[in-house]
Amino acid sequence: MKRLGNPIAFGVLVLAVIAAPFIFSNYRTYQLAFVGLYLVALLGLDILTGFTGQISLGHGAFMGIGAYTTTILVVDHGVRDIWTIPLGGVVAGIIGLAFGIPATRFAGPYLALATFAIPLAFIGILKRYPDFTGGNVGKNLPQLHSQLGWHTNPSIWFYVVCWVVALVMLPLAFVIVRGRFGRAMRSVRDSEIAAAANGVSTAGVKTLAFGISAFFCGVAGSLYAIGITYVNPDTFPIDLSILLLVGIVLGGAGSLYGMLFGALFVEFIRISWGPALLNLFSRVHHIDTHAPGSGLVVYGVVLLLVLYAAPAGAAGLARGLAGRPAFLRRKEDPSLSDPGLV
Amino acid sequence: MQTFFQTLTTGLSDGSIYGSLALALVLIYKATEVINFAQGEMAMFTTYIAWALMGHGSTFEWWAFFATLGIAFVGGAALQQTVIRPLERASVLTAVMATIALLVILNGLAAWIWSPQLQFFPSPFPTSSWVIGGVHISKQDAGTFGVVMACVLILWLFFRFTKLGLAMRAGALNPGAARLMGVRASWLLALGWGFAAALGAVSGMMVAPTVFLTPNMMQAVLIYAFAAAILGGLESPVGAIAGGLSLGVLLNMLGEYVHPVTTELRLPVALGILLVVLLVKPAGLFGRVVVRRV
Repeated sequence: MKRLGNPIAFGVLVLAVIAAPFIFSNYRTYQLAFVGLYLVALLGLDILTGFTGQISLGHGAFMGIGAYTTTILVVDHGVRDIWTIPLGGVVAGIIGLAFGIPATRFAGPYLALATFAIPLAFIGILKRYPDFTGGNVGKNLPQLHSQLGWHTNPSIWFYVVCWVVALVMLPLAFVIVRGRFGRAMRSVRDSEIAAAANGVSTAGVKTLAFGISAFFCGVAGSLYAIGITYVNPDTFPIDLSILLLVGIVLGGAGSLYGMLFGALFVEFIRISWGPALLNLFSRVHHIDTHAPGSGLVVYGVVLLLVLYAAPAGAAGLARGLAGRPAFLRRKEDPSLSDPGLV
Repeated sequence: MQTFFQTLTTGLSDGSIYGSLALALVLIYKATEVINFAQGEMAMFTTYIAWALMGHGSTFEWWAFFATLGIAFVGGAALQQTVIRPLERASVLTAVMATIALLVILNGLAAWIWSPQLQFFPSPFPTSSWVIGGVHISKQDAGTFGVVMACVLILWLFFRFTKLGLAMRAGALNPGAARLMGVRASWLLALGWGFAAALGAVSGMMVAPTVFLTPNMMQAVLIYAFAAAILGGLESPVGAIAGGLSLGVLLNMLGEYVHPVTTELRLPVALGILLVVLLVKPAGLFGRVVVRRV
């Protein structure tokens, strides 16, 4: 049971998830559904970045692959949308594995370099084969509606779908991270050479971690397509990939529950927190809070501040508050605490 | 045969731009083992400054070109001292994340200050072309190639023949020993960032007339530069230029002679080349194989 994560924390999360639609409006519930799907994506990326120590700047594109898998299956082949969710993950995971084989064979910055090209290459391929992908126009999915004989508001239906998936993926992430493979991932993160010397196949671990993270992102992307009911090449820009990485750092790389905060950030920074922060400044200085690019500046600055002030992210801060005062604490075992983002 | 030579010159011109940005990446990577993901956005931002200096891009002015190089140099050094230096003792992962933060901030700032709309950027060279033996060589291609190569040559002379250049090479090769010899390593890193930013500015100002000026203008160029740098071996300045030129020629040749490769597939093809190089010859064409230890 321990491998599935802390049962109390999980129970609290489940209760909060059940309570939320009764408390918030349908619109907020719809937004919270996106928090659930971002949580799935961030869990995947955290397995790669937080636990295996590999930066990826391209996982937004794996969400895109999941989303396009769902869309093409639903629109062109008439499959029911919710059944395509695991397929979106599997397709993204397989492509991720194939990409990971060459890219993860080498230590150092090569993976981040190669992944940076994925979002732009993905958009290029979408535009090149319009018969298959819908080209620049993209494709429209059917309106969001409740299914399986249940009649409720579409927002609530979508919320339930997203969070059911998220609450399955969270324990799954714990199983991956806590087991033998999880130990291998952390050893690769902490010292690739030492891991190799102890018989860990570093390239294999990195490739598999890449595939797993792509699978999680594919599932999230599939949900995303169902939620916004359309896909086109602009739906998954490079900004999304970077935003996911920011979410990881903010939530605290190497902590799975921290990703909850990361997911909240990713969903709300653009629509309410970013402008709110800017509003704060605009009292001092006259700033147009709806100016293009202002949101990007805000989350770039937030990222920098987190790197300086709280490199372990929200999870690190929470641990600091909950734990004993720093001077009483033993020096933590580095292999169990946070990864190299210090 | 004419098409072949025309494709070749266009390829060399494109390649020189990729090469100069790749060289900027290599300069910083060699000194700090950090890939500067903001390199492209720094180039884009300084190109906007040049555009503003030129009266919002009405005509190309050489004084503005050189003023921009100066601004880029100071700006690059300042970024290193203010943003990157405090993270000197942090892990490489953190430093890389900081450059990603810079990327986001510069991209947002450019859109904020100058609007995300497409802007026209003037070219210093006429649109006409020379005809040599039936082959049209565009003056723009030749000029771009010439300007970039001149900058690279100046940089090489600096590193090869000045005392400061020697100190910088020493600092990159062995920071600890260089410090003991009285080299102020941190300032030299700032200098390295300055040179890289100026080099990036050159590539930005040379590519802007053909792709038009937008905040996202350098994203694709940066990826070509990554591919060029990896092709040449991430630690080799000569390799960066050679990698850039061969990538430029290769991509243009593929676009011209291999039918399914359209402009949309240029980037995926570059990504493919990058992956193949990593698989077949991970040290690149000019890199050394490094033995790693704990």
